[in-house]
Amino acid sequence: MDVLLPIARQQKAQAMTERLEGTFRLNLQPHHAIWMLLIFVFTVGAAQAQAPRELISPIDALVKWMPFILWGQEGTLNGFALNLMISFFAMLFGTIAGVTLGLMQISLLLPVRKGSWFVTQFFRNSPWLVLLFTIMLLFPFEIELGNMIIPVPDWMKAVIGFALPVMANISEVVRGAVRSLPTGQWESAESLAFSRRQTLWMIILPQCFKRMIPPWINWYCILAMATPLASIMGVEESVSYTAQAMNAEGDRPELLPVFYLFLLLIFFVYTYPIARWSIRLEKKFVVKT
Amino acid sequence: MASPGKKANGWTPKQPMVSIKDLHKSFGDLEVLKGVSLEVMKGECICIIGPSGSGKSTLIRCVNALNDIQKGSIKVEGLEVNDPNLDKLELRKKVGMVFQQYNLFPHKTAIENIMMAPITVLKQDKDEVAKHAKSLVRKVRLEGKEDSYPGELSGGQQQRVAIARALAMNPDVMLFDEVTAALDPETVKEVLVTIQELAEEGMTCILVTHEMGFAKEVADHIYFTDRGVIVEHGPPKTFFKKAKDPRTKEFLSQIL
Amino acid sequence: MELFGDFFKQLYDTSGWNFVIFYDQVEWDRFIAAIWTTIKLIIACLIFSVVVGFAGAWAQGAKSRIIRYGMAGYIQFFRNTPPFVQILFFYFVLGNLTPSYDAGGYQEAYIGSFGWAVISLGFFAGAFNTEIFRSGIEAVPESTVEAASSLGYTRLQSYIYVVFPLAFRVCLPALNNNLVNLLKTTTLAYGIAVPEMMYTANQIWSDNVNVPEMMIVLFLFYVGLVAILVWVMHRWEKSMKIPGYG
Ligand SMILES: Nc1ncnc2c1ncn2[C@@H]1O[C@H](COP(=O)(O)OP(=O)(O)OP(=O)(O)O)[C@@H](O)[C@H]1O
Ligand SMILES: [Mg+2]
Repeated sequence: MDVLLPIARQQKAQAMTERLEGTFRLNLQPHHAIWMLLIFVFTVGAAQAQAPRELISPIDALVKWMPFILWGQEGTLNGFALNLMISFFAMLFGTIAGVTLGLMQISLLLPVRKGSWFVTQFFRNSPWLVLLFTIMLLFPFEIELGNMIIPVPDWMKAVIGFALPVMANISEVVRGAVRSLPTGQWESAESLAFSRRQTLWMIILPQCFKRMIPPWINWYCILAMATPLASIMGVEESVSYTAQAMNAEGDRPELLPVFYLFLLLIFFVYTYPIARWSIRLEKKFVVKT
Repeated sequence: MASPGKKANGWTPKQPMVSIKDLHKSFGDLEVLKGVSLEVMKGECICIIGPSGSGKSTLIRCVNALNDIQKGSIKVEGLEVNDPNLDKLELRKKVGMVFQQYNLFPHKTAIENIMMAPITVLKQDKDEVAKHAKSLVRKVRLEGKEDSYPGELSGGQQQRVAIARALAMNPDVMLFDEVTAALDPETVKEVLVTIQELAEEGMTCILVTHEMGFAKEVADHIYFTDRGVIVEHGPPKTFFKKAKDPRTKEFLSQIL
Repeated sequence: MELFGDFFKQLYDTSGWNFVIFYDQVEWDRFIAAIWTTIKLIIACLIFSVVVGFAGAWAQGAKSRIIRYGMAGYIQFFRNTPPFVQILFFYFVLGNLTPSYDAGGYQEAYIGSFGWAVISLGFFAGAFNTEIFRSGIEAVPESTVEAASSLGYTRLQSYIYVVFPLAFRVCLPALNNNLVNLLKTTTLAYGIAVPEMMYTANQIWSDNVNVPEMMIVLFLFYVGLVAILVWVMHRWEKSMKIPGYG
């Protein structure tokens, strides 16, 4: 019976981390990527075979539109490149705000702690799409700073819309990591006459830093895969451009599988290595600590 | 298919209840048991002692068909364990087992742990089982703990529930594998007392133990195993005083 | 109800805050319909994803390598691609391939947008549930199974009476997390025009130009639903807790 006990605890602890990270950890293997490719090739082949002879074949159509879906017209950064750009900036702002909010959650001042807890929970538990709509529709399209007028394009609004849930989840990652340290660390620092601020910056956070990296990467993957939502609001990223490309080819049904699978595939090719890397890092850190 | 009853096997109480002949057992390339033979008569209590890794657990797990056997024969009341068509249920009705780690079902209360198998496996009447379970609880001195979950009991108490759970199947032979090894010294005694009472009531027991004092007191026969063979055996009096084999002597000098 | 409506009507007249759904019968009906659709969608997705999870966990233990690799591929696919594109893919690509019937002059698909949302989100969350259930079963130690078989349980009986009840309790916290995530993810059904809350709110604010008001309603609705689900699951977790463990 003792055997079950630690495993059950471990499972529970893992569930806690997973809640922080928002997803379940998987053991990824390289051969999965090969399977993906095979499925893609097979489907494309099937669609190709169905296409009427006189029209451009689905594969040729895809090849023709591929640059458009990946980065838009010459000299612009739209399409999939815009997905990436949105994800980078949203992660940047979300992380800065999230770390701040997370530190506020461990503040000694009750109102600060309660307030930041509330903000965190609110943004964590709202659907991403609802947050995105809110920012897209309610945020002004330009900001006046003194006599300067700064325009805010849609994709920048999307950045803010995505940064909010990222902020809330990173805030929880920070709080969780700090709380996972044994209280002995705080106590011994206190007995050595460190101030609270010193303890936090010199003793606690350096130890937490490593633990926060894998969940942080995980949240980045989730964010990257949420960016297609921006297409709903007409942001010119890859999903919008895929729809436009198919439209330009006359919305023929046999184009659908090829184009949508291509879309799935580029996201897969982008996130899969990151997910693998995160798992590797995590294993490394687990062994060391 | 008629279940092989005692008569069908031609077994009579005069014959050994458990008889093991030239038992060989390997895990892959590792040969753990290299020809073990022993016999246990009805109502007898035997103890198996020996250094760690000598194959004691493997031996008694073979009796219960938890491990399969490469060569040799194990007969329990005439039922051949090393038979591909063995009716495992028939065997397990005859043989009860208690583990070192208790292995209670943590999601069931003590009394549910005791009653579960007779009801679901043997399809016995619930009220009958409940009555029997109550008497078993009294026997292992756990009155008042019936509705506690395993996690709410001490190690010794859990182990006594495990004994009662095995007894609820009305076995003819009981196997105990180092049942006190995971307990602290104070609680060891309460479990040993329970086992001793069982042995005195005439239950056939096979115990693996490191408690030499206990073995001396309850065992009718002691077997010493080392590296997969039985090195020496005999009744406790002669065994402890007149051990001949140097390996036995060394082991006893370390333990006593 | 009368009073309730009057209050919001007055609020609109005096302050300009237009909670139209609370005093206009037509919008109110729309709103209520959306609530039901959302709840039906959530429950259908939850159930389907759990069924997929069970089937998947079973398939992962299969002897055939092809089945196991297929499962691994399925999990990786749904884990590493955007759920929103998955929904679009299911609806537009697979929906295009499934048969339809003649519904009085126009073709009606057997599986509508609601059905595809359930299937797509169910497979998405099911991929995670599969892993959760599998690790739950792995958490039950072999020695407990042995104890059951020494009491005469068959393999199947020991799974029914011992392994599953234990495994289920062990993986409940992780399952709860995933189901809460799934609840939030059902808003993606907006993308294929399922008339759930997100979609309906959008229609209402387009018709009435009351975006901030409907946003407030949306937040209250979803945060409220999440709170209810978390509470229910928490209660369940507690009631399933094995005394004396963890
Ligand atoms: N399932 C298994 N697979 C492979 N090897 C095993 C297995 N079980 C036991 N062994 C090996 O068989 C040998 C005997 O093990 P066994 O558990 O029977 O020893 P033991 O006498 O009970 O020791 P202890 O006093 O430590 O319990 C050991 O070397 C062990 O490593
Ligand atoms: Mg042993």
